[in-house]
Amino acid sequence: MLTTDDDILVHAETWKRSGKGVAVATVVDTWGSAPRPVGSQLVVDQDGNFLGSVSGGCVEGDVITEGLDIIEAGGSKLLEFGVADETAWRVGLSCGGKIRILVQRID
Amino acid sequence: MRLEHLAVLNQERAARRAVLLVTDLASGQQRLVKGDDVAADPLADILADRLRLGKSGTVEQEGRSLFINVHVPPVRLVVIGAVHVSQALAELARTVGIDVIIIDPRTAFATSERFPSTRVIAAWPEEVLPDLNLDRFSALAVLTHDPKIDDPALIAGLRSACFYIGALGSRKTHAARCGRLAARQFSDDDLARIHAPIGLDIGAVSPAEIAVSILGEIILALRRKPTRAEATQSEPVG
Repeated sequence: MLTTDDDILVHAETWKRSGKGVAVATVVDTWGSAPRPVGSQLVVDQDGNFLGSVSGGCVEGDVITEGLDIIEAGGSKLLEFGVADETAWRVGLSCGGKIRILVQRID
Repeated sequence: MRLEHLAVLNQERAARRAVLLVTDLASGQQRLVKGDDVAADPLADILADRLRLGKSGTVEQEGRSLFINVHVPPVRLVVIGAVHVSQALAELARTVGIDVIIIDPRTAFATSERFPSTRVIAAWPEEVLPDLNLDRFSALAVLTHDPKIDDPALIAGLRSACFYIGALGSRKTHAARCGRLAARQFSDDDLARIHAPIGLDIGAVSPAEIAVSILGEIILALRRKPTRAEATQSEPVG
């Protein structure tokens, strides 16, 4: 199923109301070339089911892992991804941009 | 993020009303501001700007980083005419995330068999368009070729804030149409809002190809950066 920014939040609400733990990730800042604009969102449930995107697929894996942690621990977390860090090759943005992503649990 | 915020967010968007979610990035604290409440908000100027641009982003306010996520209504396409082109257009528009409503008073055309999973209304455009509120996030494609059905829809479209109006028909048909609308006191500027012949000129032949050309034209109208003159004339989002 192809989803748009407009209906992933509807799915997030449905998941939460069905008793699942859910986290929302939102792109809050981008620098340079970034594949998804500020405001783009990804939602993930406790089982790792996810909808939406925050990049061209480069960092989704890490964002989902952080989302699962947040579902456990609660609160919110600000993540930063870029290419400046040598160790970032695993989840770096191949496009050369930098993004900041807010991950929050739905309570 | 609180579930009640998410619920209100979804409810406002379903009702095609703008809403902003303000997040303090340091604390994670959030509050929701409905489009109608922006003027009375402590951050009125900042929020009004964001709403007008429809652009989310981070602002620095009294030493705090605030992320403002702007949620404007989903783009909606109202199609007049439950015709062959409309069948392809409904499918394609859904793929790109556009809500589609089909209107046709001819009950043989306006059936759910012909348009599975699309909202179809078997009624005259002038009966239903006033209630649909063609806002600036709405597009109107007029496809019946029958002035009895098309003209009232175009009149409703020209009186609305919708961002796109397209009408099927040759240049000759469109000239005759403009003559009829001019007689109803529509100006040349008004009539220039109508894209006709409808669709980008990609040499489309089949109904599905024509649907692609119409959808391309709608996306162009939606995403194209406005000229400076257009930008200064644009109205704030309500």
